[in-house]
Amino acid sequence: MGLQSYLILAATVFCIGLFGVVTRRNTVGILLGIELMLNAVNINLIAFSRFAGDTVGMVFSVFTICITVSEAAIGLAIVILLFRVRRTVMADHLDLLKG
Amino acid sequence: MSRDADSFALIALLMPAAAFLFLAVVAPFRRTGRLAAYFSVLSAAGSLAAAILAWRLEAAGIVGRLSWNWLTTAGMPLATVGVLADADSTVMLVLVALVAFLVQFYSLGYLHDEPPAALGRYYTYQSLFAFSMMGLVLAPNLLQLFICWELVGLCSYLLIGFWYQKPEAARAAVKAFWTTKAGDVGLLIGIVLLWRLTGTFDLSEMRALATSGAFPLAGLGFITFCIYLGAAGKSAQFPLHVWLPDAMEGPTPVSALIHAATMVTAGVYLLHRTSWLFALTPDVLLIVAWIGAFTALLAAVLACVQDDIKRVLAYSTVSQLGYMMAAIGAGVSSAGFLHLLTHGLFKALLFLGAGAVIHAVGSNDLPRMGGLARRMPQTALVFIIGTLSLAGIPFFGGYISKEGILGASIGHQTGPFLLLMIVAFLTAFYMFRVVFLAFFASPAPTVVSGFSRTHHGPAKAGHYSAPEGGHHSPHDPPMTMLLPLWLLAVLSLGVGLYSTFTGHVPGVTVAEHEGAPGWLAPSAIAVAVAGIALAWLVYQRRVLDAEKLAAMFGPIRRAAIAKFWLDDLFEGVLGALLFAFSRFIGWIDRYLVDGVLNVVSAWTVSAGDDVRLIQTGRAQDYVYGVAVGLLVLILWMRWALA
Repeated sequence: MGLQSYLILAATVFCIGLFGVVTRRNTVGILLGIELMLNAVNINLIAFSRFAGDTVGMVFSVFTICITVSEAAIGLAIVILLFRVRRTVMADHLDLLKG
Repeated sequence: MSRDADSFALIALLMPAAAFLFLAVVAPFRRTGRLAAYFSVLSAAGSLAAAILAWRLEAAGIVGRLSWNWLTTAGMPLATVGVLADADSTVMLVLVALVAFLVQFYSLGYLHDEPPAALGRYYTYQSLFAFSMMGLVLAPNLLQLFICWELVGLCSYLLIGFWYQKPEAARAAVKAFWTTKAGDVGLLIGIVLLWRLTGTFDLSEMRALATSGAFPLAGLGFITFCIYLGAAGKSAQFPLHVWLPDAMEGPTPVSALIHAATMVTAGVYLLHRTSWLFALTPDVLLIVAWIGAFTALLAAVLACVQDDIKRVLAYSTVSQLGYMMAAIGAGVSSAGFLHLLTHGLFKALLFLGAGAVIHAVGSNDLPRMGGLARRMPQTALVFIIGTLSLAGIPFFGGYISKEGILGASIGHQTGPFLLLMIVAFLTAFYMFRVVFLAFFASPAPTVVSGFSRTHHGPAKAGHYSAPEGGHHSPHDPPMTMLLPLWLLAVLSLGVGLYSTFTGHVPGVTVAEHEGAPGWLAPSAIAVAVAGIALAWLVYQRRVLDAEKLAAMFGPIRRAAIAKFWLDDLFEGVLGALLFAFSRFIGWIDRYLVDGVLNVVSAWTVSAGDDVRLIQTGRAQDYVYGVAVGLLVLILWMRWALA
């Protein structure tokens, strides 16, 4: 399998994640979508690293995974706080920025 | 400092200017009142001394002009400022300085009861006026003349409205300002057009051009007419004369200085200064002559029906200004100028005398006076000297100058001459009506004067701060007021005696014109005496019933009481025009200006409303926007930049 297959897979995962972020009403779902998008990035990094024979990309993907985990922790904490304050986690109800 | 006429003229000019600046800037000193007054009077005295020196030196042949370049453009001075001390300007300078000094001195007594701040303000304006008027008289070019011309107009406005708490005074001030301004627009247009024609503002250069016959004549008639318009506004010629009688709302010394002796004669002076120019346009001169004579007659008729002593004098001034204009129109401007000078003396005398009467009686109303000759003999005496001068009786001030005007007029046009003869009769009549009513007739409270209104409005207190009960024991005024009166009376009499015997007035040369026929002088005197006799019969002896006499002139009398409806006409026509114009402007403002703004603002609001909707506040929509934006960016980079 060539590099292209990996890139197509990564793009597909990224698009699924983006679709989830844009369309899910539940905030937890949006967080899941963000995880998918970040994993698509990881796939890209690993694929380029493998085909270029350079380990920097792999190291970088480890960093990304760490950040992803922290992000998920902070994101879920925000969602829980949000639920306490607003009694809802539905993203379309959170429109205080409405102009 | 050289010892030329121009240097002294410059000193005479600058002394009141310095006084004005000092009083205007140093407010605490101005508010002291009396001190400021003494300071101003002193500077006026110094100015008078310098003016007399300049006049004597000029008479000795030491003529001069001082000028400094002003508004230099591309190396060429557009205009100059300075003083031009020649025969006419120096003698006029002496008149201005003299009357200004006497009036300021007289005001010390007349405005004795004014609060200090008001007195300081009064003398500040007086000093500014003296400076502006002298600047006008000495102006070597039309630009400086115009600036000073406007300045004296401003002073006139300020001093008419000196008692600005009185609504009539404030209204009169505005009326005077606007009416003269209507003429001033003409003057400005004339000056600019003249500059376009000749390329200079300088009077001497223009005169040289005119005398050499090289003056471009194209469109000159329009220019001289424009200049005449300015002069007509200032010198109260029909139909712009309506402001002068109202200007009497100011203090009486102001009326004497500005509205009798000096400022209102500025128009005559201007036409005299530019007489060589007007000589090139005989058509305009004809208009000047006719309007002058007509104004003289109109104002004389109006003066016959006035009950306010100052208004009689005001119309008399208008009438005499018409006389001067008629002389200028007849092409003998020096005769008009001579009358300007003598008139300045005796009309200032008459006004100051009237001021003394008003001060003593506490009212301007003639029917409320009477028998004052016994109570204030000195005032009566000087007033009669002034009246005889005005009537043109031999040995008194106005005789020679009035003869000169009549002589000039008969050699030119018969029509104006006849009008002027009628005016001579009326002048003697209405002035002696004042004399008899105020000084000799028995002080009857219910006196009904022949040509006067039978219905009196509430008596106006002429002297604003005079106590109402001041007329119980009228007496001669204090020395500060009597001295100027006597000085003016002696000068009027002296000029009259000298000129009657020698046929000319010292310091003034009247241009030669066709000799008047021998019957002119006797008939002019006879006409004046007839006027006096009629006034005597009607108002002193009451042989002729004033009411019956008035009935003979029924329509004219009614018209005169209504001031020939001129004020109403102006008010109506100008009012209607202004209203129509204002409505038009209002419509433009409401529907065009406001409309454009309203439409633009409505668009802005609705556009904001529409654009606002994209700010949903939902985070997902923004993410969507970011994603779409990124996509567009990628596509753009792919196809547009590749």
